Amino acid sequence: MNFSQLLKNYGRYDLLTSYRLGSVKGLIILLLLIFIVPSSAWSKEAIPVAEDPEIEKRMLALTMDLRCLVCQNESIADSRADFSNDIRREIRTQIKANKSDQEIIQFLVDRYGDFVLYNPPMKPTTILLWFGPVALFVVGLGSLVVYLRRRREQIEEVSLSETELKKAEALLNDNKGKNV
Amino acid sequence: MTRYLIPLFAFIVLAAFLLVGLTLNPRQVPSPLIDKPAPVFQLNHLHEPDKVMTSEDNLGKVWLLNVWASWCVACRDEHPLLVQLANSGIVPIYGLNYKDENTTAMQWLKRYGDPYTISVVDPNGRVGIDYGVYGVPETYVIDKKGIIRHKQIGPVTVDSLQKTIIPLIIELQRQA
Repeated sequence: MNFSQLLKNYGRYDLLTSYRLGSVKGLIILLLLIFIVPSSAWSKEAIPVAEDPEIEKRMLALTMDLRCLVCQNESIADSRADFSNDIRREIRTQIKANKSDQEIIQFLVDRYGDFVLYNPPMKPTTILLWFGPVALFVVGLGSLVVYLRRRREQIEEVSLSETELKKAEALLNDNKGKNV
Repeated sequence: MTRYLIPLFAFIVLAAFLLVGLTLNPRQVPSPLIDKPAPVFQLNHLHEPDKVMTSEDNLGKVWLLNVWASWCVACRDEHPLLVQLANSGIVPIYGLNYKDENTTAMQWLKRYGDPYTISVVDPNGRVGIDYGVYGVPETYVIDKKGIIRHKQIGPVTVDSLQKTIIPLIIELQRQA
């Protein structure tokens, strides 16, 4: 296998030919670059978990119900965003400072607004949020009932006239003999 | 006739709501700090690290607090505007250098221009949390009494400066 094939197989031909390799030394340097640089340069050290599992447990319970403002569909507990890291660190220090859960939540709401809460409080501005779905359901149910009632009136049974009854009877009698 | 008008009307209402929804930016979370006192900070200067600035130093004047970082790409977009605004002398701009390296931050200012009267350093973003910063850049308009009057989320634009920020500054400067 020659040089360019090797590179092609590695799938990074375009990028690496720009190194203009001409010697075995070059190849060694190239391979070192391929195998060593990515692993050291692109991986971050894992952030150590707090020493105290109790603090960690409380912090997790709190952050489960908090929204990460950067990645809005994730909770702060789940998010890997820098923002969430900072908030988690802040919550840890506040827990260590003996703040209650409520104080910590209030601290965050004061700074980021109710939007950080996945469980929004009942307020004049959130009434629509809380009761909107119920109101929609009631309106829907109401109009369904009205519609069904009206329809029943429209297709009320019409009684048959004398001649029609006789005709039906005749048809039924006619069929009896044939089917048995 | 109403049989056909009611669904049509309902559709128009729904469409109107959805249309308005399209123009809203879900990333712009309204700050609860508007019309509240600006959180007090005491931070070291970027250029003279042994000097300390507190937010209370600015009581009595209208000022802008611009949260920036050399790693922030959008900051580069708004930067020429900030330099222009600073040169115009309308309002002093103070920089909050957010989670940055001092040396790269100073290089960045050398390269793109320095609009800041003073830049202070918030290395771990703790003051940022107090101000409800969740993305960079963000800009706060703070009045003479130290009250936050406006928060610009994301880069300032010609439009936001002309329509909102500068008229607000001029109005606030007129107040006692």
